[in-house]
This record gives sequence, C-alpha cells and structure tokens, in this order.
Amino acid sequence: MNDMSARHALSPSSQPSPQWGGGEGGGLDLARIRAEFPILRQRVHGKPLVYLDNAASVQRPKAVIDTISECYSSYYGNIHRGVHLLSERSTAAYEGAREKVRAFLNAASVQEIIFTRNTTESINLVASSFGGSTVKAGDEIVITGMEHHSNIVPWQMLCERTGAKLKVAPFTDAGELILEEYERLLDSGRVKLAAFVHLSNALGTLNPVRIMTDMAHARGIPVLVDGAQSVPHLAVDVRELGCEFYAFSSHKIYGPSGVGVLYGKKALLEAMPPYQGGGDMIRLVTFEKTEYAELPNKFEAGTPSIADVIGLGAALDWLTAIGLDAVAAHEHELLDYATAQLSEIPGLAIMGRARDKAALVAFTMQGIHPHDIGTILDREGVAIRAGHHCAQPVMQRYGVPATARASFAVYNTRDEVDVLVKALWKVKEMFEL
Amino acid sequence: MSDLRDLYQEVILDHNKRPRNFRILPHPTHHADGVNPLCGDRISVFLDIEDGVIRDIAFQGAGCAISSASASLMTEALKGKPVDEVEHLFEAFHNVVTTDGECPKGLGKLGVLAGVRDYPSRVKCATLAWHAVRAALEQRKQPVATE
Repeated sequence: MNDMSARHALSPSSQPSPQWGGGEGGGLDLARIRAEFPILRQRVHGKPLVYLDNAASVQRPKAVIDTISECYSSYYGNIHRGVHLLSERSTAAYEGAREKVRAFLNAASVQEIIFTRNTTESINLVASSFGGSTVKAGDEIVITGMEHHSNIVPWQMLCERTGAKLKVAPFTDAGELILEEYERLLDSGRVKLAAFVHLSNALGTLNPVRIMTDMAHARGIPVLVDGAQSVPHLAVDVRELGCEFYAFSSHKIYGPSGVGVLYGKKALLEAMPPYQGGGDMIRLVTFEKTEYAELPNKFEAGTPSIADVIGLGAALDWLTAIGLDAVAAHEHELLDYATAQLSEIPGLAIMGRARDKAALVAFTMQGIHPHDIGTILDREGVAIRAGHHCAQPVMQRYGVPATARASFAVYNTRDEVDVLVKALWKVKEMFEL
Repeated sequence: MSDLRDLYQEVILDHNKRPRNFRILPHPTHHADGVNPLCGDRISVFLDIEDGVIRDIAFQGAGCAISSASASLMTEALKGKPVDEVEHLFEAFHNVVTTDGECPKGLGKLGVLAGVRDYPSRVKCATLAWHAVRAALEQRKQPVATE
C-alpha cells in the first residue's frame, strides 16, 4: 500500500495498479458481468464511464431490461381481474415475482410480501397503518441517528399526529451505533416500535440487526428495518433476523424504479388497517360497507407497476444466480482497496469508519466542497454523489454541510477505483492556488 | 482539464479561498438566508441600505466554490449600487450563467462565472446569493408598501 501511495503522490498520472489483471472479483467473471450492462459501455465527457453512484440508484442488467420489454411487447394486461389470456399471463408473472421476493428474503409466505412504490412508501405504509392504529400520545418510537430522511420523517409525522415522541439512538465518531444507548431508550416502557437502517447510506455502517431486534423483542417491541441499501450487498433472511417489517426498493437491487417491497409478519399485517383504499384491495364494496381483501392485496390498492414488479423478479433471479456471498466478497475487496487508496490522499477524510461496513465510502476534502469534487470527477467520467445524501442529521453530527460518496456495485472494478483516485488528485491540483 | 479551468477560473478559486465581505453586519437594515435544498448549502446575506443605496453588504455561510465565489463577487459588485438596480443586475447575471449573455459593466468581475452555463446542475450554486439578496429586499418592500 505504501509504495502505491508514493507512486500516486509523485505521479498522479501513473499507470493503473498492476493488481487489476488477475484474481479480481472473488471468483466473479467481471468482464462478463459488465457486458450485461449496456449503459456501462459509454463515454461521458470523452472518458469511459465509471459509475460509482450505486447507492443512489444502481444500473440494470440486460436480463431486467429484456424482461420488461418482453412483458410490454408480448403479454401485458391488467392483473387479478381479466378473464383473457394476457391478463392471466401478467397475473402469473406478477405473482411469480412475489414468490421470488419471498424466497429472496426467506419469508414464510407470499402473503407477507407487499409491493409498494419504493422503500419510502413501505415505511410510510407502516407508519400510517401500524403506527396510526397502535401509537398514542405519550408513546415513543425509537430510531437511530444515522437514518435516511425516509426513516425519520414518516415517524415525525406520526408523532405530530398522535402526540408520540421520537427518540434517537446516537452513534460514535466512527459511525457505530451505541448499543447501550439504544437499549436504554427501549427501556422506557412506552416504546411502540424500533425502526432503524440496516446499512447506512451516508456512512456505510452495517448495523447489528439481529442483536438490535432481540433487544427490542425482549421488551415486546416490534422492529422495522430499512433495508434500502443492504439487500443488494448481503444475503438477508428475515426469519433469521426476526424483524417484524423489512423494507427495500427495487431500483437499488438492479431492478426497475417505481417498485418497493414491504415484508411484514403475517399476524401484524392481518391486524393492521389498509393503507390506501381503492380497487384490488377489496372483497366486496357496497355504499354501506366494504370488506377488505386478504393479504397481500389488502395493501395493494390500485393497479401496480406491473411490468416493473416482474422486472424486479428478473433482477432477483439475476443476482441470485451470481450469488450474494460472491457479490459481498467482491464489493468488500473494492471497499478495502478504495479505503486504503483514498486514505493516502492528503486532506481527504473518510466519514464512517465502522468495523462492520459495506459497499460505500463517504469523504470530504479539506478546503474543497463536495459539489466541486463531484463536478470535476464528472468531467473525468466518474459519477459519484455529492450532497447530504438525504441524511442531514448525519451531516450535522459531523458538522459538515455535505460529503462526497463513492458507492460500489457488483460490476465495479479495482481499475475503476484507480480512475477515481487519479481524478481526486486532479481535484486537488485544480484547487491548489 | 482545460474546460474545467473555464469553470474554476483563478478569480473563482481566489474568492472561494478568501471570500470578500465575509462577515456579519451587526445591525443590517435587510437580512435573509438562502438555502440550496439540493445540497444543503446555506448562505446569509446582510445589507445596510440608506437612501435607496446599498452602503454595505456582507455574507456568511458554507457552500461550494461556485456559490462562495459568486456571493463574494456579488458583494463587491453591489456595494454602492442603488437598490433599484439589483433586479436588473440579477437578470443580467442570470443570463450570463444560463445563456451566452454578455456581462454588463455593473457586474464587475462576475463575468468569470460564465463557465457555469456549461454545467446546468451548478446554476443554482451561482445564483444562491442573489436569491438571498432578493429575499432580503422583498422583506423590506412589503412593510414599505403597507405604510
């Protein structure tokens, strides 16, 4: 590592690392994987695209694009109501995708898989339906200090409506949740739900979901996990984790945008009132009274994004075929490599140094605003995110307005990390007066 | 890197590093905050207006090089100008950073921000301080109108 940093320091335009030729990818055939992503084969501003904004939204493999295209070009119809062949085929494919999600999460039943628009809507569903029916004035909701706005604001709105209180478990400078503080908050006897992120989008911290869930359960408190970032990077088994709710988005796991998933334990979902009213969620409607449909339809009012749900199924098939353990190993290697390389750049500070971390590195550079970093990297073909990452309380915790963030997917390579590092040296150069 | 130099000109980097009028006016006649919700950048502007003329103007805040330099250059350009000219100058500046509009003399060195026109996502950075000034002036106008 040392001689590499010396090389970069002396000659920022030196050749890429010699390591990128062999043995990369933890056994994955990266060239083949990359070939499945048409969008990666392009140049931006005359440079090969290096896409490192995967935590915002990942790209889609051809298998997913083709699945959506095939749906629209050969069998699309509305689901659950048609007597004609296209409707039957679409219904079968849509419900087939639900089974794929069930298997992917190892849920007990397809009735526990609700399709929504995104993680945000999944959380809002729980806040509105579960929260609205069980949370009263004086009750408490426990979250952590490293939540995305989507796991803060729905609970704040619930608290405003009901007079409940939001309690926030703090984390250390390294970005690790302080478990004792979290447990202390659960002890008040008034907590109705613990809601926390599995993998922090701003820090890369992996929270100990199983331990945190056990702590909540020991006090009879149900748990919601925001899995938006975690599902594309590590195998998730909701029965092993034990949580009551698990939410994620299709667009972060190689699927189309516009689809989210809410896993919920059947007993809770059955007891919860519907989230939205409308078509598809009813059994019988008269002007006097409506009987609601069984799970999962009770929570899926209106025509869903049918082709996109089917596309999500294809994404899960694709990812499962590669194997999440291999994906995790490869991405971890990238993270270690990037962390080491970035640490060698003077004035660059990595935010989030949890021992258990995955898939992304957030950083600041002394005297250079993340937006300027983002603009300069873009001209080098490198796409990163610069900003507050919809986690403003995390920025406030560290006293910075924003950070730059490089986030990895299965198709990223070590030589792309080298391109990132070289481009960051250019940023420094540009700002040296 | 030459096209990036069009954006990050030396004047901009200089004003980013050493912003002019970067302070708080203790008793401003006008004051407003500007926020870029996209990136969370915040800027506060302070004005001392006397007889319709901007006698003093200052700013504080944290932002990218484009927004900091733009704010700094704006304070230099607006100091001593009649309030009535602000709207006209803002329009001229907006044209400079969005179209190939010429930079009028009244804008001073603000023409160095013309490179922003090739970076649409950065136009809001360049105009943040101006929006804050306009907000500050509007607060003042309303009470005047009701009196």
